[in-house]
Amino acid sequence: MNLGIFFEEIPDEGITWAWHLLNGVGWTLSTALLAWIVAFVLGSLIGVARTTDKTWMVRLGNAYVELFRNIPLIVQFFVWYFVVPGLIPAVKAWVTTLDPTQHQFVTAVVCLGFFTSARIAEQVRSGIQSLPRGQRNAGYALGLTQVQTYRYVLLPMAYRIIIPPLTSETMNLIKNTAVAYSIGLVELFFRTREMGEMTFRYFEAFTAATVLYVVMAMTANRVMAFIEKRVAVPGYIAGGK
Amino acid sequence: MNELDFDVVARTWPYLLSGLQYTLQLTVVAAIGGTIFGTLLAMARLSSIKPLSMIAAGYVNLMRSIPLLLVIFWFYFLVPIVIQYMTGSEFPIQFGADRSAYITFIMFEAAYFCEIMRAGIQSIPKGQVNAGYAIGLTYGQTMRLIILPQAFRNMLPILLTQTIVLFQDVSLVSLLNVTDFVGAAVKIAQRDSRVVEMYLFVAIVYFALCFTLSTGVKMLQKRIAIIR
Repeated sequence: MNLGIFFEEIPDEGITWAWHLLNGVGWTLSTALLAWIVAFVLGSLIGVARTTDKTWMVRLGNAYVELFRNIPLIVQFFVWYFVVPGLIPAVKAWVTTLDPTQHQFVTAVVCLGFFTSARIAEQVRSGIQSLPRGQRNAGYALGLTQVQTYRYVLLPMAYRIIIPPLTSETMNLIKNTAVAYSIGLVELFFRTREMGEMTFRYFEAFTAATVLYVVMAMTANRVMAFIEKRVAVPGYIAGGK
Repeated sequence: MNELDFDVVARTWPYLLSGLQYTLQLTVVAAIGGTIFGTLLAMARLSSIKPLSMIAAGYVNLMRSIPLLLVIFWFYFLVPIVIQYMTGSEFPIQFGADRSAYITFIMFEAAYFCEIMRAGIQSIPKGQVNAGYAIGLTYGQTMRLIILPQAFRNMLPILLTQTIVLFQDVSLVSLLNVTDFVGAAVKIAQRDSRVVEMYLFVAIVYFALCFTLSTGVKMLQKRIAIIR
């Protein structure tokens, strides 16, 4: 184990390996953050659709979730990166205006966003369904529309209930960004491999990546725990402690 | 490339099938090995011997907090060195990515199966353990004859669901140039420049297989629920 390697400069690059890896962390986190926003919005819409009384919406939501859960992530990456532009000329025309890094980044965000949204949809659905039926009826009895009932009665409670599984999904999302290596995104795992191949210091590179991933997972966990505490409703077990 | 040509699938079918066979083989071996090691890990985690439970917990938490891809590359790099050390050989034993993947997935899945089996063991009332001891059974006998069979049966749907996840995760070995199902498709896609057709085909096959299997698991879950 030779820690000095991290402070050696990369030939012709003028930056140290440590900085190179941290730059990869930056890519990993920005991909994860944007993908999380996509996943949260889509997942909420699909999750809500699956709890409405419209059969077609429930079916559509179920099909969506099954589609994204039953195909391996790496295959989904290939589909978004190669198949979608290959089949849809408009996408192809747009993609050719991007430089390769932008194309990889956009693909990673979209792919991870959709992949994670199916899981969040499942959590949102079970969160809403875990609420007593009386809450929905109480909303309607007050004269709220269906949209208002979701907005002011059901979703505020459901989101709080699903914070723990949402936390582990957030940690999964950070881990899953490593698969973006398959399309060449220069995130942490890509940078780790690069360092290993150029310096033959695989042990040091992998150890650094392991530590960085553990730190990121723990940080995500702490952030979610903080949110859980801040938004806790007094008197409920969820987030009480 | 505007004309889709799915004939490429028919032409290369035997090669794809051998890739799929490797994927299935690795899944089955890792699921069985992972269940065995995972059960042992779960017992270690629940053990009253502090260092043992701490080591098991540390292993499981570490495995669960880093990406599988990193684990795959870690093992690919470490397995030859560990085997060199164990056999006392002069050089690292070149093991091949396709074979080191078996060890990787058994060790990685053990961490996930451990958490499932731990929940299963903890779902059995404590009185049953005491009853086992009261009729003179040892710890091993109590576990083997009373607790584990019930824990295993209760957790069977979740174990199978995790196995479907594993089946999908195996595809990551293609990044080590292993010819699993995805690996085979990647090679053909590049050789024949039929990227769109190949990846679309792979996605459809995975979807059909996983959807069928997960529907089967759901049905099993309903049947088990009735028995209980």
